[in-house]
Amino acid sequence: MAATLPPPRLLPSGDSAVTVEFSRTIDDAANQRVLALDKALAANPIDGITETVPTYRSLLVHYDPGKIGFDALGDKLLPIAIQPPPPVTKTRRWRIPVAYGGEHGIDLEDVAKALNTTPDDIVARHAGGDYKVAMIGFTPGWSYLSGLDKSLHMSRRQNPRLLTPAGTISIGGVQAGIQCLAAPSGWHLLGRTPVRTYQLHRNPTFLTEPGDRVTFFAIDHKTFEELDRAAEAGEIVAEQVNA
Amino acid sequence: MSRLVVASIGPASSVQDGGRHGAQRYGLTVSGAMDRLALAAANTLVGNAPFAAAVEIGPFGASFTARDGAVRVAISGAPRNADVAGNPFAMDTSLTLKDGETLTLGFARGGAFTYLAIEGGITGELVFGSLAVNARAGLGSPYPRPLQAGDEFSVDAASGAPEMRIELPKPASGPIRVVLGPQDDEFDDANKALFLNSEWKISATSDRMGYRLEGPAIKHLHGHNIVSDGTVNGSIQVPGNGAPIALMMDRGTSGGYPKIATVITADIGRLAQTSAGTAFRFKAVSMAEAQDEARKFAQAIQTLHDRLRPADGVALNLEALSDANVAGHAVNAVDAGTWQVTAEP
Repeated sequence: MAATLPPPRLLPSGDSAVTVEFSRTIDDAANQRVLALDKALAANPIDGITETVPTYRSLLVHYDPGKIGFDALGDKLLPIAIQPPPPVTKTRRWRIPVAYGGEHGIDLEDVAKALNTTPDDIVARHAGGDYKVAMIGFTPGWSYLSGLDKSLHMSRRQNPRLLTPAGTISIGGVQAGIQCLAAPSGWHLLGRTPVRTYQLHRNPTFLTEPGDRVTFFAIDHKTFEELDRAAEAGEIVAEQVNA
Repeated sequence: MSRLVVASIGPASSVQDGGRHGAQRYGLTVSGAMDRLALAAANTLVGNAPFAAAVEIGPFGASFTARDGAVRVAISGAPRNADVAGNPFAMDTSLTLKDGETLTLGFARGGAFTYLAIEGGITGELVFGSLAVNARAGLGSPYPRPLQAGDEFSVDAASGAPEMRIELPKPASGPIRVVLGPQDDEFDDANKALFLNSEWKISATSDRMGYRLEGPAIKHLHGHNIVSDGTVNGSIQVPGNGAPIALMMDRGTSGGYPKIATVITADIGRLAQTSAGTAFRFKAVSMAEAQDEARKFAQAIQTLHDRLRPADGVALNLEALSDANVAGHAVNAVDAGTWQVTAEP
């Protein structure tokens, strides 16, 4: 049997949820453990758990204290949480079209200037990345990606914008993101995608899952308009590659 | 079918129910009633399931008119004057509006949210099992936004069932109880004590997403940025300016500020019903106590129907009765801390 890993911290989030924290920082190994625990709980549910929410570094486990108490739940979670994550055998990969720069990516030029390079180079580095959906949160479909090229790591904006467009593709700190709905953001806006990671009345309603792989490819603004219309009509417009 | 028409309504009023569960992993906000006990009480009065969709009425007044037939309704939650054509209608009772009659509700007198339940419930398109309005995500049915005058609900014709009142369990009084964590270790003992020992007020800029707390600034040990993790109803996060925010039903599913404590399930409705500007305190309780209270709270909601009584001899609220010029009855203070008049036999 493989050696077990250090136990996560079990942090009370009130009387009906526990945060299973594997790391305090953004850490891909920790994220793998989060997703592995999430998957293990989906495969073998513990009675009383009502919902799980994976994040970069922790799994928030919602439960019904009428069915299981904090200590009893912890006793059941810990033995699963210390198992090494099994190798990932099947992953979905999404190829996401992005219209970079111009009105769709109003920070592209400033990011290039701040990093002493050209907008084309920023696009190449961003689109050249191999990303993983580490978590989805904040607003429906907002996919937080790990795997951003180190040369693109930069602080968030001093003044967050109160509203940024639906479909915004942005970077902030060490993270990249796909934003679905219009929302406030302090990240740097590089482009927009016509892909809806969340769309009511479409099957599936949510496109991305934590653990999915993501790559981007550049499209021109005319193609964006065409794909945007198709997406509005319910087409997925992202290319899915199963690996 | 009858119709219930919104004749007038203030801001911060919307259709709410038990909320949208199961998709927080996709960033889908839960939403749902700010005061679940009051929602359940109003629903129970008209024979609905406790967390059926009802109208959550914000602090301002509202009025509703029955059309194309009679409509049976009930109100519970933040007390306010209510009447139908000048006849007072008590909180925590049911009432049948005849075709053309208008129920008028005044401002909340203490608290913020009052629930108007409609017999048979509200029909609409369920998304993740819920009709709850989440205006930011364009969710909610029949109107994916706060209610406006002229909106209407297609509802069951009144059944003619006898009118009921409900004797609600005595609400807890005193401090709002919290369990420390999940990030209480981001604060030193002095700042945890400052949080627990200070008087707080809810800022007027609060909404269904979060209640901003006014009081002393709480300082972090290691700065205010943490890597985003999951939130729950009642998470108390402390942003950079040190002014805590209690996350409420329209919270984002994840957040990047340290959370010093979490309001216990049994007290979230009490916090929701604390008026802006009213001073209150927090008190830390053990996990065992919090979970015991959560179980009792769930049990109280599931057994509300045992608390139904015939509406005869109904307790009417004092202001409504004073307005109706019926002074002279015995007055007593009841559990909810609101003054009510018991009609003498």
